[in-house]
Amino acid sequence: MKPKESMPKIVIYEQKCKGCELCVITCPKKNLRLGQKINKKGYHYIEIVDLEKCNSCGLCYQVCPDVAIEIWKDK
Amino acid sequence: MKKVYCKPESMTDIEHKYCPGCGHGLVHRLVAEVIDELGVRERTIGIAPVGCAVFAYDYWNFDVTEAPHGRPPAVATGIKRVLPDRIVFTYQGDGDLAAIGMAETVHAANRGENITVIFINNAIYGMTTGQMAPTTLLGMKTTTTPFGRDKNLAGYPIKVCELLATLAGTAYLERCAVNNVKNIINTKKAIKKAFEMQKENKGYSLIEVLSQCPPNWGLSLKESLKFVQEDMTKQFPLGVIKDIYA
Repeated sequence: MKPKESMPKIVIYEQKCKGCELCVITCPKKNLRLGQKINKKGYHYIEIVDLEKCNSCGLCYQVCPDVAIEIWKDK
Repeated sequence: MKKVYCKPESMTDIEHKYCPGCGHGLVHRLVAEVIDELGVRERTIGIAPVGCAVFAYDYWNFDVTEAPHGRPPAVATGIKRVLPDRIVFTYQGDGDLAAIGMAETVHAANRGENITVIFINNAIYGMTTGQMAPTTLLGMKTTTTPFGRDKNLAGYPIKVCELLATLAGTAYLERCAVNNVKNIINTKKAIKKAFEMQKENKGYSLIEVLSQCPPNWGLSLKESLKFVQEDMTKQFPLGVIKDIYA
């Protein structure tokens, strides 16, 4: 349950993610992908491609069925 | 930095047991967000069904009870009549609401009980691994209709919203979907409206949500989103079916 990045725009709770890829097909910047690592449930989980490119639009949060994504924004 | 989107207070930290890509988790979150926004978490009582969402009481951080298969509207009637200041809603799938619980559903609607029903329609029996449901589309392959649903053998898919719209007791019926961001936002609006109506004692409301079930449909996630968009919405058109206050 630990946040993946210390100064996040997007936090992916990797143990909650099931790698369904709804967020991957929704992200307008194609900035998410399925990672190589496996969580304790046995699923590959989502990772962010380039943190700089993320503009915190929150569409990935909107479609995530497992509430595995948290979005942060500057003000 | 400020948190803009995060897990609503009305959800617990427990991981969902649903299959990847399932719409149940989405609707759980939408219900939880609406309850947070209305500030009624402390006086909400949910009724979980039998079916995939049977463990819903683990995922929501408010009072949830469990009902026998198909009987959530009857249990909700009892709770609402004893505790009329509570927000009472049932959360049911198509096997629970449209098959075994059809009698309870129709009579609760006909009595015009002041409750909200969240109805997840995925056109299949999910928990028991993909048998034909009353809402299965014609020609759709399931484990009990391996050559597709035949109207001569199994009849036609039931349109629950249209069926209940003929009853004088119902106040608000809307059909939504959760296959893309636009539909998810519309679903949240509909759920919010239904809860607000219950708060104002305006009567029976039902929100039908078309949800994807990729593993039991035997489709990939992209294909199943397309199936909802193209095939299911043809049989079950989206939109407000009935609103007596409109």
